[in-house]
Amino acid sequence: MTQIDQTTLWIVIFGLGLGSFLLRFTFLGFVGDRELPAWLLRHLRYTAVAILPALVGPLVVFSGENGDTDPTRVLAAIATVAAGMITKNVFAAIGAGALTLFASVYLLG
Amino acid sequence: MPITTPKSAYMAGLRDGAPFMLVAGPFALLFGVLATEAGLSVFEVMSFSLVVIAGAAQFTALQLMQDEAPTIIVLISALAVNLRVAMYSAALTPYLGRAPLWQRACAAYLLVDQSYALSHGKFEAEPKLSVPQRMAYYFGTCTLVMITWFGCSYLGAALGTALPQNLPLDFALPIAFLSMVAPMMRTVPHLIAAAVALVISLVAVNIPYSLGLIVAGLAGMMAGAQAELWLKGRDT
Repeated sequence: MTQIDQTTLWIVIFGLGLGSFLLRFTFLGFVGDRELPAWLLRHLRYTAVAILPALVGPLVVFSGENGDTDPTRVLAAIATVAAGMITKNVFAAIGAGALTLFASVYLLG
Repeated sequence: MPITTPKSAYMAGLRDGAPFMLVAGPFALLFGVLATEAGLSVFEVMSFSLVVIAGAAQFTALQLMQDEAPTIIVLISALAVNLRVAMYSAALTPYLGRAPLWQRACAAYLLVDQSYALSHGKFEAEPKLSVPQRMAYYFGTCTLVMITWFGCSYLGAALGTALPQNLPLDFALPIAFLSMVAPMMRTVPHLIAAAVALVISLVAVNIPYSLGLIVAGLAGMMAGAQAELWLKGRDT
């Protein structure tokens, strides 16, 4: 691990801050109350249910060292999804996932 | 309790956002700890968390800077991880687009997975809400999460390496995202969108600079939209 260069760090902090704000502001700020086309709205309905699994999938499947699969992470992920789909409750899903993770790390890890 | 005023909408948002303190907390704590270990000062950690407010992107940037990646690659990769917020922004625009510009600018600054997921779900379920009520609900969902985000970033930076090493904090993010997305699986197109995105994300994991995430997300959205059209066509 090497020391991060100060100049690089501040360029990244402010570049990332500005870039993130522009990403967040683009539609809300510049598009405003103009009507969006039906096909676009139809796609946007599925943003969260597409992006979030795509973000999590590799983190779950390649969760071990060197990109292996860590069974404790897979079990925790399955428990989270199952509890979330059955109860429709975020709290229950997080609880089930965290408990399963701690239990399986204790038993398997 | 029905939402009748912006104040009750704000309180409803506050209530719905509260569980996510448990999610944002460990993650911010972890960022504080890891960033401190990478040599950042408390001031630098706090600036990072205040200016960027994007967990996954911050971790990406931190990792790449330690790998001595070129600055431009650090920025592009972290922004690609965060590209989904542009889609969130687009998805919220039909509901919040008529609010005053300064409110939309504040909302944009605070736009994260939690505020998007909760608000979009609420606005869809209760289409009769007025724009001020929607904005109030939105800021309600942000309040506790943001306080926790900044507070725990500070705590993590201050604690530094004092935390026990064997806590599986690395998996707080996946559990958080899964708990948010599981209750959203209301219809067959939602399930199809998630399944397609998941499969593509695993296949495309080697596409550089996190662009696999964007490809998988777009594929999932297209699959969901197509499935919706097919199912509608079959009904009529």
